[in-house]
Amino acid sequence: MIVAGVGSAVIEPGFFSSAPVQVALVVGAIAAVVSGVVGIFTVVRGQSFAGHSLADIGTAGGSAAFLVGVNPLYGFVAMNLVAGGVMELIGIRRPRGRDVATGIVLGAALGFAALFLYFDTTSTSTTGATINVLFGSIFTLPSSIVPVIVVLSVLAIGMTCFLYRPLLLSSLSPDLAAARGVSLRFVGIGFLVSLALAVSLSAVTIGAILSTALLIGPAATALRFTKRTGSAIVAAAAIGVGATWLGILLSYDSYYWTPSHRGWPVSFFVVAVVFVVYLAADLFTGHRVTARRPTMRGAR
Amino acid sequence: MTDAAEGSSTEILSVANLSVSLAGREILRDVSFTCDAGEFIGLIGSNGAGKTTLLRVILGLTAPTSGSVRVAGRERSSRKPLIGYVPQKIGLDPDMPIRARDLVGLGIDGHRFGIPRPTAKRNALIDEMLAAVDATRFADARVGNLSGGEQQRIMIAHALISRPRLLLLDEPLANLDIRSEQEVVSLVARIAAEQNVAVLFAAHGMNPLLPVMDRVAYIARGRVAIGTTAEVVTTESLSRLYGRHVDVVTVHNRILVVAGREDEGLHHVEPVPRAEPT
Repeated sequence: MIVAGVGSAVIEPGFFSSAPVQVALVVGAIAAVVSGVVGIFTVVRGQSFAGHSLADIGTAGGSAAFLVGVNPLYGFVAMNLVAGGVMELIGIRRPRGRDVATGIVLGAALGFAALFLYFDTTSTSTTGATINVLFGSIFTLPSSIVPVIVVLSVLAIGMTCFLYRPLLLSSLSPDLAAARGVSLRFVGIGFLVSLALAVSLSAVTIGAILSTALLIGPAATALRFTKRTGSAIVAAAAIGVGATWLGILLSYDSYYWTPSHRGWPVSFFVVAVVFVVYLAADLFTGHRVTARRPTMRGAR
Repeated sequence: MTDAAEGSSTEILSVANLSVSLAGREILRDVSFTCDAGEFIGLIGSNGAGKTTLLRVILGLTAPTSGSVRVAGRERSSRKPLIGYVPQKIGLDPDMPIRARDLVGLGIDGHRFGIPRPTAKRNALIDEMLAAVDATRFADARVGNLSGGEQQRIMIAHALISRPRLLLLDEPLANLDIRSEQEVVSLVARIAAEQNVAVLFAAHGMNPLLPVMDRVAYIARGRVAIGTTAEVVTTESLSRLYGRHVDVVTVHNRILVVAGREDEGLHHVEPVPRAEPT
């Protein structure tokens, strides 16, 4: 009785029976799992900037899709795949060259995003475009999009699993991987495809500009307390799913909160939960991490 | 069997008339030498002398301008499985979620696609290799949290687990304290002898390698002088290599190579040996 009472106080009546909530829970979990799997490698490879840039770049595709009346997901995916390819093509292997390539593509894409969002907001039929593209549309997703999301997530996770070993080896040392006959370019492009898909999926969930939080936050948290790649991936996915579901629940609960009485955005809650969990993990594991022995990098 | 065939059966590495230019700058000029199975060669030279370039050309990562490299008689495309490699400054991130034993395991199949499947045979091979480099104690620790010397042992295990015929090490002693330095050198020498692996060991100074190396390859100004230390590390031979007068002096069984005259100011080409650990 007490448990049920507490439960109904936290989980508002009608939460699980609401169709938009059901779609949101499924899509949110899928996006979080993909972000967790891809996020670990993104952090380990030092490609957080590329991940965040793809999210911003995707807004050009998402807003263009909105303009022509297509679901923004398709725009995100198309734009991110093209941008990832261009970044890899004009980028060189050195991390700095990669950052410059990313920055150049990012700048160009943001220009288009500004243009399309301007058209979106000035055309009467699509007034919610900016909010939808930038901050996500998880409660307004049609259930018909779910199969597409499933296919894209299987592609992203499948690609990451396929590249698993050479990806790890080249993250440890590109020279070491190349000496073993690994094609760094193939692995790099393959991983960018996974990254582009992961970012697109979280862009429709919590929005383009916030998708970095779902990509990097759970992964960075998991890396604080795991020592195996496999367990880091599982932990990142679990943290992401937990944060997303809690965010959806809090957003649903916030319907009667001030000031708008129309509910706070899901993305805010997801990002807030991810951040709090990271801080907690950091505090909890901070002592051990600072007590670690000096490494070669430290001595350099 | 002819003499030539017999010769090639023990000769693991053959570098012939090798020249390499990078970005218009000549790094190596007409370098030739061979290395036999199980032989330990110290590749000695200062920063920028071309040690890394030479190793990269042997690995097939850098294309030579002219000349050839053969490993066990094989050309560039098919020789990768024959070479174990310990790259320079691996700088493993402390956050890298990988245990020492997983990194050694990647030495078996890290170039293959898919997720590794732990089999009893694979695990036994990893355990055996970890024991050989005396790393069982920290096998389950995250590699990024290990000390420099411990990381080098894991990298050596990674390089040797696939049973290569030739082991290339690019300055594995950089940033190590003198005790770890000696441990790494004697470890490489022992395993190389056990597995009959030829070793090309790049280092700044030759003194840590003196007890174990069969020959020294001294590299300067794009050229390589190779032979026993008695042949190569002499005032005449090194002065010719450097193109200026250098003095070779022996102090307490350690070799010092000193360049320059009093009027240009003395400086050491070979780093000053540090005090023996107590």
